[in-house]
Amino acid sequence: MSDYWWLIIGMTALTFLPRYLPLAFAGKVRIPLLLKQALELVPIAVLTAIVVQMSLVRDGTITVGLDNHYLIASVVAFAVALWWRHLMLTIVVGLVVFAACRVLLS
Amino acid sequence: MFAKYFDSALFWRGSRDILPLILAAIPFGIVYGAMGQSLGLTEWQVMGMSLFVFAGSSQFIAVTLMASAAAFPVILLTVFIVNLRHMLYAASLMSVVDKVPALLRVPMAFWLTDESFAIAAARLRQKHNDGAKFYAYYTGAALTMYLNWQLCTWIGITAGKQVPDMTQWGLDVAIVVAFIGIVVPSLARASHWACAITSGVCILLTYDWPHQSGLLFSSVIAIGVGVLIMQRQKVAIKQETSR
Repeated sequence: MSDYWWLIIGMTALTFLPRYLPLAFAGKVRIPLLLKQALELVPIAVLTAIVVQMSLVRDGTITVGLDNHYLIASVVAFAVALWWRHLMLTIVVGLVVFAACRVLLS
Repeated sequence: MFAKYFDSALFWRGSRDILPLILAAIPFGIVYGAMGQSLGLTEWQVMGMSLFVFAGSSQFIAVTLMASAAAFPVILLTVFIVNLRHMLYAASLMSVVDKVPALLRVPMAFWLTDESFAIAAARLRQKHNDGAKFYAYYTGAALTMYLNWQLCTWIGITAGKQVPDMTQWGLDVAIVVAFIGIVVPSLARASHWACAITSGVCILLTYDWPHQSGLLFSSVIAIGVGVLIMQRQKVAIKQETSR
């Protein structure tokens, strides 16, 4: 069995457990406020780090400029998401801007 | 034996209510399928991750980290940390779920996603009083989400194979803008913004750490800063009201 299957099995367990444990203990325990606050911030912290890294770090170095199409698409998507708060619109505009950059700037 | 937890009208109602969120998930699924098979995973491994893991952002993070040759423990730890938010979702469903038998809670947990939780929470806010039959509503929504995710993954795998240079198009940019579309509208308070900004600055200082460990480091620091600000605001509110 290839290594990747082991990874998938591990991911399955580590995805299922956080989903299941609170349901299993329903009505028996309370989550402390501090932990609740930390959990609320998890997607913001992790996803932002991923977005910033993928947008700014190209080929192993921080790249700022018109030749970094990822960065241009991200900045526009950020503005769209901030203004309209609409997931689908953010994705579509981001992809269109990225495609336009590829055609016009390269 | 489980008949009293089921109700076909509620089941279909749930599956109808989740449709708008499913539309938003379609590009994710297709891009995931196309990306996964281009990164050295077999098509069954790409499909298997959708079938068994069934967590969009974790799957994206996993294939993205695989592409950057991150060590497996780093991938697993990152996936676990990203999934911790499901714990909060599950925790807030505790009050309805205690009417559902333990065995039925297993599929409920397996199908718990951002989307199915959003729909379930909206249903609970409307105070429909479904009682134990809430299980039927939830399952209708969650199962529809699950089947759509499998279909989109398969379409992505197929399309990615037909058009091999699909991955050269920079399709991973779809993940970047999709994550922006998820995170930005969720930035509702000063602590959220502080957390996001801290995370962004930290990753730029640590991106060259081995095995993507800077990602975990940045996330932990950013969460710490956010919680600290939440605590200080709470103290400020208390002082305000005690005056």
